[in-house]
Amino acid sequence: MGMALDELDDLYDDSILDHCRHPRNSARLDSPDATGRAVNPFCGDEVDLQIEMGGDRITGVGVQGLGCSINQAAASMLSEAIARRSVAEAESIAALFRGMMRGTAVSDADAERIGDLTSLQGVLAFPVRIKCALLSWTALDDALEVLGGG
Amino acid sequence: MLDVMRVRQDFPILDRQVHGKPLVYLDNAATSQKPGSVIDALVDYYESYNSNVHRGVHSLSMEATDRYEEARVKVARFIGADSPECVIWTRNTTESINLVANTWARQNIGPGDEIVITQMEHHSNLVPWQMIAAQKGATLRFLPLASDHTLDMERAGSIINGRTKLVSVVHASNSLGTINPVHDLRDLARNVGAAFMVDGAQSVPHMPVDVNDIDCDFLAFSGHKMLGPTGIGVLYVKSAILENMEPFLTGGEMVLTVTNEEATWNDLPMKFEAGTPNIAGAIGLGAAVDYLQETGMDQVREHEEQITQYTMDAFQELEELDLFGPKDATKKCGIMSFHSSEVHAHDLGTFLDLEGIAIRTGHHCTMPLMQELEVAATARASFYLYNTENEVDVLVDALKGALRYFGHGTG
Repeated sequence: MGMALDELDDLYDDSILDHCRHPRNSARLDSPDATGRAVNPFCGDEVDLQIEMGGDRITGVGVQGLGCSINQAAASMLSEAIARRSVAEAESIAALFRGMMRGTAVSDADAERIGDLTSLQGVLAFPVRIKCALLSWTALDDALEVLGGG
Repeated sequence: MLDVMRVRQDFPILDRQVHGKPLVYLDNAATSQKPGSVIDALVDYYESYNSNVHRGVHSLSMEATDRYEEARVKVARFIGADSPECVIWTRNTTESINLVANTWARQNIGPGDEIVITQMEHHSNLVPWQMIAAQKGATLRFLPLASDHTLDMERAGSIINGRTKLVSVVHASNSLGTINPVHDLRDLARNVGAAFMVDGAQSVPHMPVDVNDIDCDFLAFSGHKMLGPTGIGVLYVKSAILENMEPFLTGGEMVLTVTNEEATWNDLPMKFEAGTPNIAGAIGLGAAVDYLQETGMDQVREHEEQITQYTMDAFQELEELDLFGPKDATKKCGIMSFHSSEVHAHDLGTFLDLEGIAIRTGHHCTMPLMQELEVAATARASFYLYNTENEVDVLVDALKGALRYFGHGTG
């Protein structure tokens, strides 16, 4: 299984497995300022997302992913990446992440901004799984729209 | 007994590797592989006598027409139909069912009538009936599952009643592998004067199916799941019903005479086959039927029952996996659908792919059934006549590896 395991480790980076086993910010927020939801009808995966604002900053994020490990890890990483950001900053991170998942190279400075999300680049070698990594970002779009972004 | 190693030599694709491993193809419920004889039949048509059918007076057209109609006769014999006129070419099972919904059902179903299907239908034998029920003011009813994932036949007796106009059931479930008791269901339908339709997509390729034995009014199935090409399917209709059915698609080929104002319909079954058909597909399906008949459908079924039993025994080592469907191999076709609360089906699918193993993951176009089973997705391994017990061992080893890799607290 040597070769297959190497390929597998490229996809399932340690950081992905860690986020999947210990999802961050998974508690549902009771009184969010905005919510988002996304469903992939082909595989049944679902993401629910809540955002609380304090002034112009995102002060609380709740995200619940149901589905495969890539989906769950991406949702967990998203919740960390947008915390304490403004709506405009969250949108900019979303654009950066989407670009990365289309194969755009990420600069060192940008890699710093999106943190663990860079580990999802391994998914690019498995095209059918890219949509798993993007599902939570569709839910985020919903929520940001409510907050006057877009 | 089936000589599987001999059979495997007839399928060129089985020699290939995936990610450096020998291909273990266990996605037969989605589509089957093709023997050399089917591939040759397609090439032969395009290389030697490609032309349109039922049109020209030239030699190529006559040859093509002969071979195309020969294929219809082969398929009719294969399912025990009284006449090749009862065999209508479609694209696939889905189109076959839609044809019945848009012709017979439109003519025969009205307000207050009931259509009965099962809780384990593929969307293709569900959505067309939802549409007809909504258009006609009819009610769609469902035969429920028993705890062993067979149909609850005790409740079927009251759900099929005097208002039932059509009973349409999947013969073998693509998600559970359950083989449904079509003879008993036919009796329930007949007792109340309802028509009886069978979705044979997962049964016709894998076991002997005879339309006179089942005594169904309609049988739908696909060529590509039974060693044939994609894009060719079959709708069998009992001749007494066929004669009164209005056409579905209209245009060329299906007419006898046309004036500016009106048209008269061509003979059966061409009345239901508008436009240039899938000629190569039909001829390829004829070659597939030849292959299956030479092999013997009893042998195919016996082999799949054995490999299903072998797999169920082997899965006892995999306690983390829940296996769906009946636990009795005689009530199950070669479909193993399973679920892990620890590892999502897509992660299993990717892991197995890297080991050269092809399985299906997802809801298998049976979303209402997934809701009933309370899972979002399952992983499904499905067998055919070329699969071996050794391949099952490879699958089980890989599943153990996947559970170790993704399992919590390890890795």
